[in-house]
Amino acid sequence: MTVLPSLPITIPLAGAVLCMLFRRNIRVQKSIALFTSFLILLTALFVFSATKDGTIAVMNVGDWPAPFGITLAIDMLSSVMLLLVGLLAVGVSAYACFDLDEPRMEFGFFPLMLILLMGVNGAFVTGDLFNLYVWFEVLLTASFILLALGGERAQLAGSIKYVTLNLLSSALFLAGIGILYGMAGTLNLAELAHLVKDGARGDLLTMVAIMFMMAFGIKAGMFPLYFWLPASYPTPPAAVTALFSGLLTKVGVYSMIRMFTLVFESDPEFLHGLILAGAGLTMVSGVLAATAQYEMRKILAVHIVSQIGYILMGLGLFTELALTGSIIYLAHVIIVKTNLFLIAGAINRLKGTYDLHKLGGLYVERPGLSILFIISAMSLAGVPPLSGFFAKITLIIAGLRAESWSIVVVALGVSLLTLYSMTKIWAYVFWKPAPEPLPDLNPMPKGKWFVFLLPMVGYTVITIAMGVFAGPVFDYASEAAAQLMNPQSYIDAVLGAG
Amino acid sequence: MTSIILRTSTRYMFPPLIVFSVYLLLRGHHFPGGGFVGGLFAGSAFALYALSFSVADARRALRLDPRDITAVGLAIALLSGIPPLFSNHAFLTGTWWEVPLPLGGVLDVGTPLIFDIGVYFVVLGVLLTVVFALGEEK
Repeated sequence: MTVLPSLPITIPLAGAVLCMLFRRNIRVQKSIALFTSFLILLTALFVFSATKDGTIAVMNVGDWPAPFGITLAIDMLSSVMLLLVGLLAVGVSAYACFDLDEPRMEFGFFPLMLILLMGVNGAFVTGDLFNLYVWFEVLLTASFILLALGGERAQLAGSIKYVTLNLLSSALFLAGIGILYGMAGTLNLAELAHLVKDGARGDLLTMVAIMFMMAFGIKAGMFPLYFWLPASYPTPPAAVTALFSGLLTKVGVYSMIRMFTLVFESDPEFLHGLILAGAGLTMVSGVLAATAQYEMRKILAVHIVSQIGYILMGLGLFTELALTGSIIYLAHVIIVKTNLFLIAGAINRLKGTYDLHKLGGLYVERPGLSILFIISAMSLAGVPPLSGFFAKITLIIAGLRAESWSIVVVALGVSLLTLYSMTKIWAYVFWKPAPEPLPDLNPMPKGKWFVFLLPMVGYTVITIAMGVFAGPVFDYASEAAAQLMNPQSYIDAVLGAG
Repeated sequence: MTSIILRTSTRYMFPPLIVFSVYLLLRGHHFPGGGFVGGLFAGSAFALYALSFSVADARRALRLDPRDITAVGLAIALLSGIPPLFSNHAFLTGTWWEVPLPLGGVLDVGTPLIFDIGVYFVVLGVLLTVVFALGEEK
């Protein structure tokens, strides 16, 4: 147990260093990135099997005892997130090896991607609030560069909005940390939770909680400060967008779940009520913005916003079943959304455009790709045998049990509109005849094309499997949620281990 | 910039600045200083060189590409965390070795120093990557 929790951070760092040393040789970089991604997945599997019985893997970096040094603590939620990062890393780096242009690779796409993965993993692993801030900065810095890499006009315009709002959010986050440290004298999450339980409550705590809610809300793409997301996500190449959509906002959501189950759980009526209201507005505004869009990536990007609403709905309801729903939804949406962006990227590779009006007739030309798309799209909308259905039904049952009728109505309505958006893409891109025949830009031979599609096939299989094996998935998620609802075990694991 | 005064003084300033940066690095364990300041100091010495001569001259004086220096620094910092694992301590735990000196006495060498050397190179590399990129852009 002395090494395992640190591996999710050190392995991507080692890979990034190797990529930097071999920065003149792209072919070597590709193999290093792929190999590192597989290692990240493998470590995640080890961590997963070590924590699936409910033990919390704790490690004190540098052997400094718990409340004084930096603690890494992995519970079931963290390990499922690590697993998803691993799956994403493998798929996206394989996709990038085929799809990304040479200049971007020469400029350091692979080291940046690995540093981004290190930041994301670090945020999922850490048990220290200031360390969480540091990981946020690491992943944001890497994402700033990835977003602007290539320097196209639209990219830079998007990056400015992204950087500005994220700096605002970081400032709020840091101010919140400062006030919390002034109140409690510690930033170790477990000890904070312990002190808050012991009575360091009051109005100031609620205010700090709202500062954190805003800071994480901006990063997660929560209403009302989500507009940086549709402005910036669709601008970089598909591999980058897929990576961002799968990971960045989810780190914000994860942090919110962590903080609002562990530390800020003293005033659930007000705080979690606020999150619930925000969740409803996030869902609605995201899905309505999508109806006006006719560019595939933009539709998918604004849908990220409404998906975030669903995950936050579970946190807002704040019952065990609702959190179970949130966790299943997180896993489902990371896989499906990444897959949809990769498929959109593949379509762009074939036809050179994302415009719904210009595209058409792909169902005849590429039936395989169409099937991959429709499965993921239906899963996103929540059609029964797929992963999205079980995630949504869990959340809705939780909403009904908590008797919050309005959020249930919103969730169902938004689900219907999501179905509308996905059918819109289906009808325009795949079904309708092409307005004017576009040349096939794809120079790949059949075998290579199949390898290119492998990550998407993999993700599609996962979304089907999450639907077919919904039982075990649900059991695991509900145990993870139970762990979140009883923070005492987390506190004991961290403070008792020192 | 072609100022004779600056060029001449840079020639005299440059070696002491580099030596002082190493001094800052080494005293960092117990006193103010350390890899970060040391790296900044060394970086500013090369930046001064680039200002008074040219970026190309400074690159030649540095010999290595600053990006390689960054990578090497990161690698050193990462590797400095590994030794404690062999004595069953957590990653990055400070581990010390006593090296006997030829004239008597012992020198304590520890992983924190190795980590700091890594930081020194990372800071130097990143700073010069930025400075050179800005200086070359016309």
